[in-house]
Amino acid sequence: MADRIVDPWGDRTPFGAGESWPVRVDQHLAAGLSPADVDRWVQSASILHSNGDAMDIAVKDQKIAGVRGRAADRVNRGRLDPKDLYGWQANNSPDRLTRPLIRRDGRLVETDWDTAMGRIVERSRQLLDGPGGWGHFGFYTSGQLFLEEYYTLGVLGKAGIGTPHMDGNTRLCTATAAAALKASFGTDGQPGSYADVDFCDAIALWGHNVAETQTVLWMRMLDRRRGPNPPAMLAVDPRDTPVAREADVHLRVRPGTNLALVNGLLREIVQRGWHDDRYIGEHTIGFDELSRTVEPYTPERVAEICDVPAADVERAAELLGTAQRLLSTVLQGFYQSNQATAASCAVNNLHLIRGMLGRPGAGVLQMNGQPTAQNTRETGADGDLPGLRNWDNPAHIEELAALWNVDPMTIPHWSPPTHAMQIWRYAEQGSIKLLWISATNPAVSLPDLARIRRILAQEGLFVVVQDLFLTETAELADVVLPAATWGEKTGTFTNADRTVHLSEKAVDPPGEARSDLDIFLDYARRMDFRDTDGEPLIGWTGPEEAFEAWKACSAGRPCDYTGLSYARLRGGSGIPWPCTAEAPDGTERLYSGGRFNTDPDYCETYGQDLTTGAEFTAAQYRAKEPGGRAFLHAASYAPSPEVPSDEYPLVLTTGRTVSQFHTRTKTSRAPELDAAAPEVWVELHPDDAARYGISDGDLVGLSSPRGAIQAPARIGGIRPGTVFVPFHYGYFDVPPSERVPRAANELTVTAWDPVSKQPIFKVAAVRIARLSGGN
Amino acid sequence: MHLAHYLGLLHRAQITLADAFRQVGAAHRDEPDVAHLCEQQARVCDGHAGRLEPFVRRYAEEAPEEPDRLHSELFRGTRTGGIGLLRDLQDLYLMANECDICWTMVGQAAQGVRDRDLFAVVQGCEGETTIQLQWLRGRMKQAAPQALIVAD
Ligand code: SF4
Repeated sequence: MADRIVDPWGDRTPFGAGESWPVRVDQHLAAGLSPADVDRWVQSASILHSNGDAMDIAVKDQKIAGVRGRAADRVNRGRLDPKDLYGWQANNSPDRLTRPLIRRDGRLVETDWDTAMGRIVERSRQLLDGPGGWGHFGFYTSGQLFLEEYYTLGVLGKAGIGTPHMDGNTRLCTATAAAALKASFGTDGQPGSYADVDFCDAIALWGHNVAETQTVLWMRMLDRRRGPNPPAMLAVDPRDTPVAREADVHLRVRPGTNLALVNGLLREIVQRGWHDDRYIGEHTIGFDELSRTVEPYTPERVAEICDVPAADVERAAELLGTAQRLLSTVLQGFYQSNQATAASCAVNNLHLIRGMLGRPGAGVLQMNGQPTAQNTRETGADGDLPGLRNWDNPAHIEELAALWNVDPMTIPHWSPPTHAMQIWRYAEQGSIKLLWISATNPAVSLPDLARIRRILAQEGLFVVVQDLFLTETAELADVVLPAATWGEKTGTFTNADRTVHLSEKAVDPPGEARSDLDIFLDYARRMDFRDTDGEPLIGWTGPEEAFEAWKACSAGRPCDYTGLSYARLRGGSGIPWPCTAEAPDGTERLYSGGRFNTDPDYCETYGQDLTTGAEFTAAQYRAKEPGGRAFLHAASYAPSPEVPSDEYPLVLTTGRTVSQFHTRTKTSRAPELDAAAPEVWVELHPDDAARYGISDGDLVGLSSPRGAIQAPARIGGIRPGTVFVPFHYGYFDVPPSERVPRAANELTVTAWDPVSKQPIFKVAAVRIARLSGGN
Repeated sequence: MHLAHYLGLLHRAQITLADAFRQVGAAHRDEPDVAHLCEQQARVCDGHAGRLEPFVRRYAEEAPEEPDRLHSELFRGTRTGGIGLLRDLQDLYLMANECDICWTMVGQAAQGVRDRDLFAVVQGCEGETTIQLQWLRGRMKQAAPQALIVAD
């Protein structure tokens, strides 16, 4: 096997259009171990990127000792991402949390579960008494838990406490995917399939550095590119990523201008007559307004706004406009940027006006960063209502109230759910007094970190953190709960193309660590949440029962799981929802007949104005008479809330690197991954480097109106006027007295898309200075 | 013909609304969405005022004396805190409503005088005013329970 640190994508297995992707089984075992030594293999899948690649966990002497890909799986056909090959070692890391901690006299000290849970329950009870008690609670979760855990958390939050203040770090990651899918097609859920790579003749990657974020999907794309009749490729990215280097057309846009670009491409396609009049007429609403809105975006105007050559805009439009089977993928370059939802909807528009949906090779993938992000959205742990229900539709609330046997008034649905940034604001203002953070590290991952640290340290805010390690966030908690993770518990999760995988428990968690499910169930029991008949609100006690409860909740909704079971997920390959009696093997593509989930009684949202986020009413929605047609949403470009100035003349954009995940809680503890990308860096263009007298490797200071960081410079492929910093790097591995600011989010701005509420991590104004020479 | 007076009323209402949006946005910098969207909507109001201006001038020539007590004052400055935010947004909401009903009146008159250009302006702008109202209403709905029953 190729050295996957040097070559993250490994050997090519080329294939042609319509053929099936050849199998290639990747494997990595602990040093000195051969497959014959393995005691047993346990079925699982990856939670380190939204592919959800299927794999088996090798167990040796009751320890995880390696992994190998599952050849039969529809998602990866045996391949694994380098993060999966090596990342499992973090499970065995000696600094895992093994006992609960509580803060005593300002210090975190070890304690037992009874004491730790007792504290949380005591504080919860105090807060819950009295009107509006629910409003003191905030739950901030992850994209890393399992479906069963999210559903349980959703029920205890929404029907037990009755709070709308629940969200996940999926808000930073996939909120725009969800918002764009709902807005265009009526409900959340990916229309396309990863298998569309096998059939397409053109791939457009919109702000999606797939080579580093989802390496296995990239392998599939590369294998098509190296085979006969390869698909054409378009990349939109301000940086010179591996994707951009591979692409036939690379649009190196100015950060924050995506919408202007896609509007221009739409205009060109309509002007050249590449749109599908019949599909538009039968299956969409809003074409006239769309045409009017995009009319001013001539290639010249786009060139000016986005700072790309007009001729390249025309070339890109031709690539998109003449493809017979077009696959688009969208990710953080769009989602974490200015006008995120409008720009992502514009990609949906492109597919709708070209009739490029619902058949092999013609699909759009509004991606996720984390695989289980899909589950936060489905189950309601991120504020959405379980089963992709509409908070503004009273019938949907009645359904949930009946299912849970609670008063519908308990379920918060008087306005949209509180999004993450607003939860933090309420905590800052002091009305949220208990913040429960599970499996995520906001002290590194949220914008404007100085502010986040201030909030976490605030008197009067009781912070519970449940995680594997003492993260930067856990350092500031009042109670820290040691959690079990992947490989140490059983559950399911769903990747970006709706494929559900089962991940089985392979080994016991270390020390007293417990699964997130057990922790939530324990809390619910101690809080004694009851239904209207006085029975326990949550009747299940383990993952499989939780899954069965979830199935009942999903019945009849777009994400119908009723045809799935643990037994069906065991052994073979993942299965994409909806999976029902009528579709027992799942559903590869949605909307094949051109009928969308926009019926007013079924849809997940009545829609929003894309510029302000203003919610439309049921009456306004009904008046549109969607009748199963999709919406073409149009919006004009406007500059990002923060643009460069004389004082801060450069644009900062942030993102990932292939070897690290999230804030490195696991990846930094895998020696190979840590060694591959040990340090943060600042990437800048040679012209900018020359202007500021910076050489490769020099230590530079970067500052914004919020803060400053120091990092070595890397001169390379990025557009002039823009600098890039990877966002993974925090401080947990440096003793507090030696910490020098290096987290990208010291610099980023507290601002978000009005529709999806996803923070704008990819556009901030900064200035740069050389601090000292490199070593 | 009194159309000029209503045009003047609306024109001035748009200018004062723009100003109020800016003041509220500036007063609530710690609510980044409010700050950003108020700034954005102030520009929308500027645009409305600009588009009305030629018609204000054109119809002024045919206008008699302005009637008494035509203008009313709705906004007296911003406040702070959670409740303050609600009250400020509510002020904006009332002011935007005043604009909204003025658009209706002016739209009626535009049709009466068969002024296609003015009618087109009304049609374009009144929709944007509706969006302002919807955004303000939604933002208040979201903030009200926390401000009214949860915050100390
Ligand atoms: S690292 Fe970013 S994209 Fe990936 S899961 Fe986390 S928030 Fe999402």
